Amino acid sequence: MIDSLYSAQDHFSILPALMLALFGCAILLFDFWVFPDPRQRKWLLIFVVLAEGFTGFGLVKQMHWIAGNGGALSAFNGSVQVDQFSIFFNWLFLIAALIVALVSYQYLENAGEHHGEYYSLILFAQCGMYFLATGADLVTLFIGLELMALSFYVMVGFLRSEKRSNEAALKYLLLGAFSSGFLVYGFSVLYGIAGSTNLRTIADTVASRPAWDPMVYLALITTSVGLLFKVAAAPFHMWAPDAYEGAPTTVTAYLSVASKAASFAFLLRLFYGQLAPFAAIREVWAPILAVIAVITMTVGNLAAINQTNVKRLLAYSSISHAGYILLGVVAGNEQGITGVEVYLMVYTFMNLGAFLVLIALRRQKIIGDEMDDISGLMKKSPGYAVLMLIFLISLAGIPPTAGFLGKYYIFWSLIEAHQYTLAVIATLYAAVAIYYYFRIVKSMFVSDVKDKEPMATSFGMRVALAVSGVMTLVIGIYPEPFLKLAQNSLLLR
Amino acid sequence: MDQHLLSIVLLTPLAGLLVLLLLPGNKTVIRVWANLAALAGFLVSLPLVFRFQTGVPGFQFEERADWIPSLGAHYHLGLDGISLLMVMLTTVMGVIAMLCSWSAVQDRMKSYYAMFLLLQTGMIGVFLSLDFFLFYIFWELVLVPMYFIIGVWGGPRKLYAAIKFFLYTLAGSVLMLLGILTLYFQHFQQFGFYTFEISDLMKTAMSLNMQEWVFWAFFIGFAIKVPMFPFHTWLPDAHVEAPTAGSVILAAVLLKMGTYGFLRFSLPLLPQASADRSIVQILAVLSIIGIIYGALVCLMQKDWKKLVAYSSVSHLGFCTLGIFSMNPNGIAGSVLQQVNHGISTGMLFMVIGVIYERRHTREISEYGGLAHVMPRFAIIFAIAMLSSAGLPLLNGFVGEFTILQGAFEANRWWAAFAVTGVILGAAYLLWLYQRTILGQVTNGKNLTIPDMNFREVAMFLPLIAWAIWIGVYPKPFFDVLRQPVTEIVERVHPGYFNASQPQPALAQTGTQPGGAR
Repeated sequence: MIDSLYSAQDHFSILPALMLALFGCAILLFDFWVFPDPRQRKWLLIFVVLAEGFTGFGLVKQMHWIAGNGGALSAFNGSVQVDQFSIFFNWLFLIAALIVALVSYQYLENAGEHHGEYYSLILFAQCGMYFLATGADLVTLFIGLELMALSFYVMVGFLRSEKRSNEAALKYLLLGAFSSGFLVYGFSVLYGIAGSTNLRTIADTVASRPAWDPMVYLALITTSVGLLFKVAAAPFHMWAPDAYEGAPTTVTAYLSVASKAASFAFLLRLFYGQLAPFAAIREVWAPILAVIAVITMTVGNLAAINQTNVKRLLAYSSISHAGYILLGVVAGNEQGITGVEVYLMVYTFMNLGAFLVLIALRRQKIIGDEMDDISGLMKKSPGYAVLMLIFLISLAGIPPTAGFLGKYYIFWSLIEAHQYTLAVIATLYAAVAIYYYFRIVKSMFVSDVKDKEPMATSFGMRVALAVSGVMTLVIGIYPEPFLKLAQNSLLLR
Repeated sequence: MDQHLLSIVLLTPLAGLLVLLLLPGNKTVIRVWANLAALAGFLVSLPLVFRFQTGVPGFQFEERADWIPSLGAHYHLGLDGISLLMVMLTTVMGVIAMLCSWSAVQDRMKSYYAMFLLLQTGMIGVFLSLDFFLFYIFWELVLVPMYFIIGVWGGPRKLYAAIKFFLYTLAGSVLMLLGILTLYFQHFQQFGFYTFEISDLMKTAMSLNMQEWVFWAFFIGFAIKVPMFPFHTWLPDAHVEAPTAGSVILAAVLLKMGTYGFLRFSLPLLPQASADRSIVQILAVLSIIGIIYGALVCLMQKDWKKLVAYSSVSHLGFCTLGIFSMNPNGIAGSVLQQVNHGISTGMLFMVIGVIYERRHTREISEYGGLAHVMPRFAIIFAIAMLSSAGLPLLNGFVGEFTILQGAFEANRWWAAFAVTGVILGAAYLLWLYQRTILGQVTNGKNLTIPDMNFREVAMFLPLIAWAIWIGVYPKPFFDVLRQPVTEIVERVHPGYFNASQPQPALAQTGTQPGGAR
């Protein structure tokens, strides 16, 4: 009996998530039972590393299974589907979580808010992301989304004594809950149409209906609102600048990279591939998403121009990146979807990298996220300045850095889809983006040092910066293996 | 060795850069090393000249390896007559730019020379790439170091000039990227595989309409870089604010990337669109406007450097006019004139650098009668000025004359209008010379200026020698150019050499391997 409810295959399909949840709980317990002394908190960090190690091991095992058996591993009566796609995204989440955890120790110490539950929240959020990339059932997906979102609500407000952080958390929570409402409403309509929560069944039912069926349309619109909120696409982006600016920078980095990637994985699950409910009605949503993407790029790029706070500037820039990624979905061809994956992969490294430098600027009693704090960085610590330059050039999409490939794929897919107007708009915004990224560059390389305190460096920070810097350059100069990886993980089944 | 010669030429500055970063902070060590690296870059490029076989069709010293198979991008380098001249110009100017920074740059020296060496690799890469993707990488790679050279070591409005340069050229190049992708996709539709190889892309058949769209996309990228008339406004700012060596490289090499782009990509890849009468007409008119407008603006300048900057607009107008004449004389003259402009404008900027280091002003009215104080300076400036103005027996004359000949063959009116540019050019340059060098010393501050020292004279000598060589005996240059130019013309106007033969001699010797070198 138990076999039919929970088989070995089921177990295998969620093994990485189990590891994350297990270690997350373990950290909570150990935090006040075993390591009550604040100085022992570094052991918690080791727990995170262990958790990611086991998760990575699970992912490797899954990769072997898929390489051996081919296709996808479907479990829990089709509510979880492990395939190349989910594994690809889970690696991204793993890298992001690990890098963020590595640099959080020093950051939270300096911010004076170092508590053990932070690490378990990182793992819980990642666990939620696991189900966003792996879920093939509305309920699974929704639970994954909420697990991720709830962890983030807490993490965004983690600097309890800072007004900004509290405000950010509250805004994010209220708007997030609201958007989840929309999403669930759409899900309920989908359930009403298909009589099932299984994505494959829903996809078949939607495909059998006419394209402009009002119920499907209703489901599409409400679901999209929820999804677009999560990826911070305009006009549902209002939360992002405030949440990004107020949150601890480590959380901002995690939020902007992993949460965005997870939300796009979720979006792709619903919009592209055989499982996707809305794949059959491309003609309906493609124009809507195209308009959203253009508005998103416009808002993100134009608002970023005048920011004086680097964190907020990067928040707006991440909105504009969401616009670019959406264009890949709009193009909808093989290049477009590969482009979404490539873009998210390079974005993980370059955006994390840029935030890492901001994290290192946070020292005791110095928040360090204003443009003035970064000015003259080249004179103060040239290593950081050069790395930041690489990350910014990459964000701006200039070769030979990784960011260029993301943009390249998006342009390519648009040309192939004959979306020339969108392509021209996207390229022109790439030029606008140069302007604000190079405001930071100018500040670092030309302006004088205004803040003489040395950077907050730690071993974890060096490792994290080295990984993101090297990856940003390596993907830019020799992208072949990484492109292959993204191509193989196309959502085919 | 031979099969990797181009890679060695390409990577020598980069290797120099890596070693430079490891050097201690001692200023002399950095300076000496940077100059050695540039000199090494020049020396490794010398074998190209000796081993280059004139008149052999296609590319030489080719190197090809798969780079990104998923995208169809290759590491493919090759050299023909046009790129040979451009690469040599780059390596020579690299040495000279390093030399003229010797005392001018004291601040953040290591980063400064690092940027120059990176720039050098980028520029050489642009001229050697035979794969469009590789080309694009190098094309964009050039932007970042140039931004820093202007933005960090430049004049008072350096940040404005630097970002303007960056935004202009980047906007142009991303639009060009869309054109490249369109061509790439068209090729895929016809042949079923993706590639950025120029030779493969040349086989793509496209409707005239599609070609024209791609042509304009390329045009924006290249025309901004050249810069052609309506897109030229970034140039005076960039030139005026850049440090001397930055201006020298910008004028001598960077602008040539645009004209080279037209010759290597626009014309051979989009022959029908390039030969289209209305397009040619528009481009020729823009070139002529550039020639005359640039020259007229020069007459109005009060700033020495701005004058030379606008003279670039005028001279580059000649280069593009030659290209769009689409005949052997026009194109060969254009390439030669690109080299000439590199030499003569490079010298003019160095002249300004020399005087600016002494007086820290570029106002023309501050000077006068410098010949009495600085005789060596006056002589060198005279040579630079006359070479730029196109005096016979100096390089400028040969280039301008050949271009005008080509333009005349294409359309007499073009030549008639362009000729006024030559006259105006002589006018503003001679007047500049008169105001600064001749007459009595009017400003007391100029009485105590020291004349040029040995290093300063030394950095002019190779350029002067080159200018005289081209002016007196341009044949080797035309010999080298004949084959690639014939190929381009044949591509744009199939049967050009069989029908009417305005220059039969050019066409016939062109096909004989191992010509008259």
